[in-house]
Amino acid sequence: MFVSYKWLSEYVDLDISPEELAEKITKSGIEVENVQAVNEGIKDVVVGQVLEKEQHPNAEKLSKCLVDIGEGEPVQIICGAQNVEKGQKVPVAKVGAVLPGNFKIKRAKLRGEESNGMICSLQELGIEGKLVPKEFSDGIFVFPSDAEVGKNAMEQLFMDDYVLELGLTPNRSDCLSMIGVAYEVAAILKKEVRKPEVHYEAAEEKATDYITVNVEAKEDNPFYIAKIIKNVKIAPSPLWMQMRLIKAGIRPHNNVVDITNYCLLEYGQPLHAFDYDRFGSKEILVRRAHDGETIVTLDDQERKLTSDHLVITNGKVPVALAGVMGGADSEVRDDTTTVLLEAAYFKGSVVRKASKDFGLRSEASLRFEKGVDPNRVKAAAERAAQLIAKYASGTVLEGEAEFHDFSIEKKVITISAEKINNVLGTNIAVDEIKEIFDRLQFETVEENGLFTVTVPTRRGDIAIEEDLIEEVARLYGYDYIPSTLPEGSSTSGALTDYQLKRRKVRRFLEGAGLYQAITYSLTSKEKAGQFTLETSSFTQLALPMSEERSVLRLSLLPHLLESVKYNKARQIDDIHLYEIGSVFISDDALEKPLEKERLSGVMTGHYVYHPWQGEKTKVDFYVVKGILDGLFDLLGLLDEIEYKQAKREGLHPGRTADIYLNGSFIGFVGELNPEVEKEYDLDETYVFELKLADLIQYEAKPVIYTPIPRFPSITRDIALVVDQHVHAGELQETIREAGGKLLKEISIFDVYEGERLGAGKKSIAFSLRYYDPERTLTDEEAAKAHEKVIKAVEEKFSAVLRS
Amino acid sequence: MQEELTKLRDEALQKVREATDLKQLQNIRVQYLGKKGPITEVLRGMGKLSKEERPKIGALANEIREVIAGEITSKQEQLEKAEIEKKLQQETIDVTLPGRPVRTGNHHPLQAVIEEIEDLFIGMGYTVEEGPEVETDYYNFEALNLPKGHPARDMQDSFYITDEILLRTHTSPVQARTLEKYKGKGPVKIICPGKVYRRDTDDATHSHQFTQIEGLVVDENIRMSDLKGTLEVFAKKLFGEDRQIRLRPSFFPFTEPSVEVDVSCFKCSMKGCHVCKGTGWIEILGAGMVHPNVLEMAGFDSKKYRGFAFGMGPERIAMLKYGIDDIRHFYTNDVRFLKQFKQA
Ligand SMILES: [Zn+2]
Repeated sequence: MFVSYKWLSEYVDLDISPEELAEKITKSGIEVENVQAVNEGIKDVVVGQVLEKEQHPNAEKLSKCLVDIGEGEPVQIICGAQNVEKGQKVPVAKVGAVLPGNFKIKRAKLRGEESNGMICSLQELGIEGKLVPKEFSDGIFVFPSDAEVGKNAMEQLFMDDYVLELGLTPNRSDCLSMIGVAYEVAAILKKEVRKPEVHYEAAEEKATDYITVNVEAKEDNPFYIAKIIKNVKIAPSPLWMQMRLIKAGIRPHNNVVDITNYCLLEYGQPLHAFDYDRFGSKEILVRRAHDGETIVTLDDQERKLTSDHLVITNGKVPVALAGVMGGADSEVRDDTTTVLLEAAYFKGSVVRKASKDFGLRSEASLRFEKGVDPNRVKAAAERAAQLIAKYASGTVLEGEAEFHDFSIEKKVITISAEKINNVLGTNIAVDEIKEIFDRLQFETVEENGLFTVTVPTRRGDIAIEEDLIEEVARLYGYDYIPSTLPEGSSTSGALTDYQLKRRKVRRFLEGAGLYQAITYSLTSKEKAGQFTLETSSFTQLALPMSEERSVLRLSLLPHLLESVKYNKARQIDDIHLYEIGSVFISDDALEKPLEKERLSGVMTGHYVYHPWQGEKTKVDFYVVKGILDGLFDLLGLLDEIEYKQAKREGLHPGRTADIYLNGSFIGFVGELNPEVEKEYDLDETYVFELKLADLIQYEAKPVIYTPIPRFPSITRDIALVVDQHVHAGELQETIREAGGKLLKEISIFDVYEGERLGAGKKSIAFSLRYYDPERTLTDEEAAKAHEKVIKAVEEKFSAVLRS
Repeated sequence: MQEELTKLRDEALQKVREATDLKQLQNIRVQYLGKKGPITEVLRGMGKLSKEERPKIGALANEIREVIAGEITSKQEQLEKAEIEKKLQQETIDVTLPGRPVRTGNHHPLQAVIEEIEDLFIGMGYTVEEGPEVETDYYNFEALNLPKGHPARDMQDSFYITDEILLRTHTSPVQARTLEKYKGKGPVKIICPGKVYRRDTDDATHSHQFTQIEGLVVDENIRMSDLKGTLEVFAKKLFGEDRQIRLRPSFFPFTEPSVEVDVSCFKCSMKGCHVCKGTGWIEILGAGMVHPNVLEMAGFDSKKYRGFAFGMGPERIAMLKYGIDDIRHFYTNDVRFLKQFKQA
């Protein structure tokens, strides 16, 4: 809502500057987003009169004008506008004047002819083109003949004013009107509100002789009145009115249309003027549209209607889309003489539906959607009738045709001073509260600290005690509310086990060199299907903004890979990222998808890079596996974890492992398939994705201290030559079983493949440490255990000891 | 003879002094103190001496031996020390060469902000509640006093999946769900961080996905002043001890009264700068007293219980705190961006 400071001052005494006013309004609850001087950046523009106009001798499109600017000798000005004529009074930027955009007017020669200033269009005076009345949109502005030559043009144009832009929250639609704003400002400044005085002389003829009103859709339209104004002369509205509309962001058209818009701004009540003679009948019928019915609206668009839409009809065909836009056929035109003026209360929902369906958001629809004050429907109509009588020399017929099917109930709320103070934590005196309600002009009776408040219909947002408490708080001032802390019973704050462990996981991975990434949950269908850990159908948006963001993700990896690609394209080669986030597992039986947290990572480039001492370790499978093992160890799960060679879509068939926790599948680790690496423009890249909840929620063995070894241990190394397909893990498992209780540690210290071993063979060297916690182990005992180990691997894998 | 001995002594000491390495010193030792050395030689000729002279010369010889031995030992120590020093000198390295790096990653700046806020409120007795990102219309809107057709629904254009299911537009549904869990019995003190989604075109200040943190306290006798005090603690912790807060009336369907909360500018100490757009204040969160409809819908008796709630955007806080100029940085995961938040 754009509020003219000067216009507002007609309703409330404003004895403070626009800036101060804005500050006070903001502090009391409505944010003033901007205070704009309408004549900002304009200097030395006066009213001039064109005394002579002749064709420029050297330029067909220019005129040479002699202009009286009220300073002695008239000046010569060259003007390019087509509409400049002798006798006109026009805004003239004198030599030395400044126009918006710091455009300085200098004495100039145009095609050889001297020009001492510039005759201005409204656009050149800073008015937005779409607000300039049609007759001036392609040329200079022309004042009405009573403008005084030599006077400040800004004053004559009513531009010596400020506009306050209010950012209204949805509850404060009462301030979508000047009178509503006046009530608010009056409450803030402790002033009275002066409402416009409405009186006119009505003719003897009755409106009801000309028109009847019937409403079929009573729910949508419980209140409708129609007035008739005859003998109307369509002309431009007075300049002050046009300028008020322009300052509020509405383009002037003609006196009747401008007056309906003016009243909309003043009262917040949308009105519509029909040309009575083109209305097509003497009957108004308001009903839902029939499916397939059409109407051509004022903007010359044909609209296809359905039964969702409310229309005004002449008993036969729709003549207006209720509350949104009138029809082209019954529009007020230059030759209109009798006006049918509509003022109605339309339900917000039905107006919203139409304005949404047709993409038509008008000043009218906006107000109906938020809810208008039922008590102003008639008042606004009367005000418009008065103004049409005055500014379009109309004759207002007696009374109005009316449909009325609702009672306007005033809300009465009782609330105690004690409750107000308890909720706010304040100690505001009863009198002070009473004064606040009085300032708001809420009818209030107070008895022993109990207020009975009758809420005016203009404040549709106030329904319950809490709403009144807010009114008190905002006018009392939040600055005066003390700062305290809750006093109730104490609670103990803590992270849950899950949250705590998830943080540990984060810190571990970060310590291991991975940066936390956050990527988008919405992805494309194509990406959603990649790297999934479980089967799922897609969860699709009904109306996606793009295909790229149309489906909820089933894996974090596709977007992590996008991030790696982004970095690689910026010459960053060592990239280690992890993300913890939800995927959305769905099947058709579910109302909404299950959300499961995944832990995913991607690593590429160097893991260790210390070149001057020759240490350069590239990320490979074992680097990533080592990090995961560290993580499993941190969570106490290392002994329960098993890696199994696996083949997965998108991953390298020979370098991928599925990971099992105590026998159940929890994720995978592997190298990207080189084809995928190519697709994303990556080098050798490793990824993992794990079911985080499965990891965190698995009940790890409790931590129990085992005594530190007191006796020496004995270490034996063996190198085993086995078939190439034998996995180290299998060997290790066999060794562990065979080694029995004394075998405390197994480590692999060498893996060798080579010609010396023969084709299809490899050697894996283990270091085994034997230890007896009870006493010093003898060589014989160790040897006995070691024998068993050797025998077991010989039997099971035909392993040969390599010497 | 005596003369001969002193001469030998002077000669030996001279050589010791001139010795430059341990090997020379060893030679001197063998030469002068060995069994075939000149002193032994001199002593061998003692038979020629008188009875009286013999012990005198003997004593002198021993004395000279000791003197020489002593000198050799101290010279030896000296040389050994020099040798070690020389060796260490040769082992000198360039300490300015780079060390072997321990390359660590770090948390995302949004995570840093979220955890800082979580920890602050945990210290004040709050627990951290999380909830689904795909929500029902009921929890996202209706339970929060936003019935179908409510004009405020326009404030948040949503991603719907079906007519009843959508991506949550705020973390408030977690509040509604948590209140239900408490079955009408307070106190409730929770903080709810999470991802939310709105139909916005991504640009420098908008993101279709972003994060939110909301807090909720419900108990008997909760006051608006408690909200103010709590947020003051929050502002001081996050933005510095000297910060003040200011409440401005506002509107949210789920709170009444509703306020926007500004923090005094930490950049210019309220003198006015580009961060606070010259006002000295920075809008940081929305808050209010829980609307009685919200309490009632979740099974709380609004006559007995009251509450306050507040919500903020970690993106905005991170942008303010760290001077980040484009919200898209949070979701691009440029390593050069991420690595700047190690100590955050
Ligand atoms: Zn500042």
